[in-house]
Amino acid sequence: MPDPMPPGDAPPAAAPEHDWTAIESTPAFRELVASKRRFIVPATVFFIVYYFALPVLVGYFPGVMSRDVVGKVNVAYLFALSQFLMAWAVMALYVRRARDFDAQEHAIVERAAGRAS
Amino acid sequence: MNTALVMFIAFIAVTLGITYWASRRTHTTAEFYSAGRSITGFQNGWAVAGDYMSAASFLGIAGLIAFYGYDGFMYSVGWLVAYLTVLLVVAEPLRNTGRYTMADVLAFRFRQPAVRTVAAVSTLTVSLVYMIAQMVGAGSIVSLLIPAISFRTAIVMVGVLMLVYVIFGGMLATTWVQIVKAVLLMGGTILLSILVLAKFGFSFTDFFAAVAKVTGKYCEVGTLKDGACPGGAAPVTRDFTQPGLYYHGRWGALSLVSLGIALIFGTAGLPHILVRFYTVKDSKAARTSVVWAMVLIGSFYIMTTFLGFGAATLVGKQNIGVMKEGVLAPNQNLAAPLLAEKLGGEVFLSFVAAIAFATILAVVAGLTIASSSAFAHDVWFNVVKRGKKADDREQVRVARVAAACIGALSIVLAISLRTLNVAFLVGLAFAVAASANVPAILLTLYWRRFTTQGMVAGMVVGLLASVVLIILSPAVMGIDAPTAAVKHLIQADPVFPLDNPALVSVPLGFLAAILTSLATKEHPEAERLYDELNVRANTGLGAV
Repeated sequence: MPDPMPPGDAPPAAAPEHDWTAIESTPAFRELVASKRRFIVPATVFFIVYYFALPVLVGYFPGVMSRDVVGKVNVAYLFALSQFLMAWAVMALYVRRARDFDAQEHAIVERAAGRAS
Repeated sequence: MNTALVMFIAFIAVTLGITYWASRRTHTTAEFYSAGRSITGFQNGWAVAGDYMSAASFLGIAGLIAFYGYDGFMYSVGWLVAYLTVLLVVAEPLRNTGRYTMADVLAFRFRQPAVRTVAAVSTLTVSLVYMIAQMVGAGSIVSLLIPAISFRTAIVMVGVLMLVYVIFGGMLATTWVQIVKAVLLMGGTILLSILVLAKFGFSFTDFFAAVAKVTGKYCEVGTLKDGACPGGAAPVTRDFTQPGLYYHGRWGALSLVSLGIALIFGTAGLPHILVRFYTVKDSKAARTSVVWAMVLIGSFYIMTTFLGFGAATLVGKQNIGVMKEGVLAPNQNLAAPLLAEKLGGEVFLSFVAAIAFATILAVVAGLTIASSSAFAHDVWFNVVKRGKKADDREQVRVARVAAACIGALSIVLAISLRTLNVAFLVGLAFAVAASANVPAILLTLYWRRFTTQGMVAGMVVGLLASVVLIILSPAVMGIDAPTAAVKHLIQADPVFPLDNPALVSVPLGFLAAILTSLATKEHPEAERLYDELNVRANTGLGAV
């Protein structure tokens, strides 16, 4: 595969050239992009909101966050700890969903390879 | 301290062995830059974790928590959540479209020389700043623990060693050095955490009860001086489980948010982390690497609770530092090593110091390879040589020479900047990465209308804004008492109130990129190139 070349350079002969624009507009590709977006956009918005809740609450409401829950373990520490669980949970959900994406990608690549050779 | 010396030498011998083995397998460009894409997702996960858990994480966070309690833990949280940005939006498309460097992706749709040059400048800036921080850390640790070795010698030692790894072993050696170091660091941290908890009968609540007995004071306005606030106001007392000891006062909350922005977006723009995804065979392996890295990094950062609070309770911040002529010079970076000494005596101290040294060495090697590839591949091969003649051997030779120059430059800078605060330097690197690189990466992957001029404008504005605001911030500007051990570089009141610029510089980077793109037009070929990039990024079709 060519190192992305400056416009005008011919790609090496060995690499099969795909009609990228045609693939880009196939229903299979549009569906792949749409289904990725359906997961990634909400997941990203969710983790950003959940994350920034921590500095905002800690910064502007230190009193509330300092309330003890179990012994001297307070809301601030538990909320910070929950961020780790949140990150791992979003990660696990993504890995599960990504298996569907992989299958869709595989189908597109197979079809394109068949056509190029 | 002879045990420390023995452990250092053992680590160095093992890693030099790896380098020798790797050097016999490194001949082509792909082997030098990306280990021939032979690393598995699981191995790369460890290597990403190794690259990421630098001196700032192991020594820096433990020190911040030991001195300021809860607020120090904010770094731990941000540095893990950051990986969701990498996992969801950056890692897989980057692996699918690039080859050796961050600029491969940025230059894909655009006019090569301009974009590659700006991207290389930004990569070199981020890596160099990050590297100076590590070297300063190494110099301090080694010279404090082995008094026979001076600061200068320690830095030169680190510099020369990492050059050997990179120049002879390339990416393969660097990756295995990361993996060995990550295993050592995780092992040492788990052991330390268990020993800390054992002191409290393995009761988490007893541990926190002890932490709550440690207190600190601060002033709502101004700085605390001899136990009193300016204007006779009473200082506020907080225990270490409560927020506020570091971030307080008028700009405290905003500083916290600004730091959060730098941490969770900066990671997706760190060149030495991004190039790691080229060492695996495809985007699925890139995903697996992020997953393993997140498991390791998350567990490690949770354990910083025990390192930091352990040092606060068992050692006490009044004892964290080094005795010089009968007076204790405070040094936050020594919290973790001194905790180890308290728990396991001199042998354990040596072990932890050796781990800290290994950590720094490995991270510096990773940074060197990222920046030397940026120079050799982006500037030399694609700009100077115009990508005309793909001479592998020449490119590898240039990369090796570049590594030597970058190493020498960072050694000189680290020696002259040795009084600077290490955490501040790493914060600068994250803020620069978030402001200059992240807008460019996100917009090139997801925005059809993006243009060459937009990218160049975004990167230049992001880079300048973050660097200038840091120079004007309380991190660099401040008026110190004549007796202060570490002085601010500029003795004047800070112009910019936040100690991290991301809140302002990241939006500026995006704004410059978007507005300039809307005002300019890309060559007609760009439309087709976006289709190509989009298909490649999403499917991995045609990926190397």
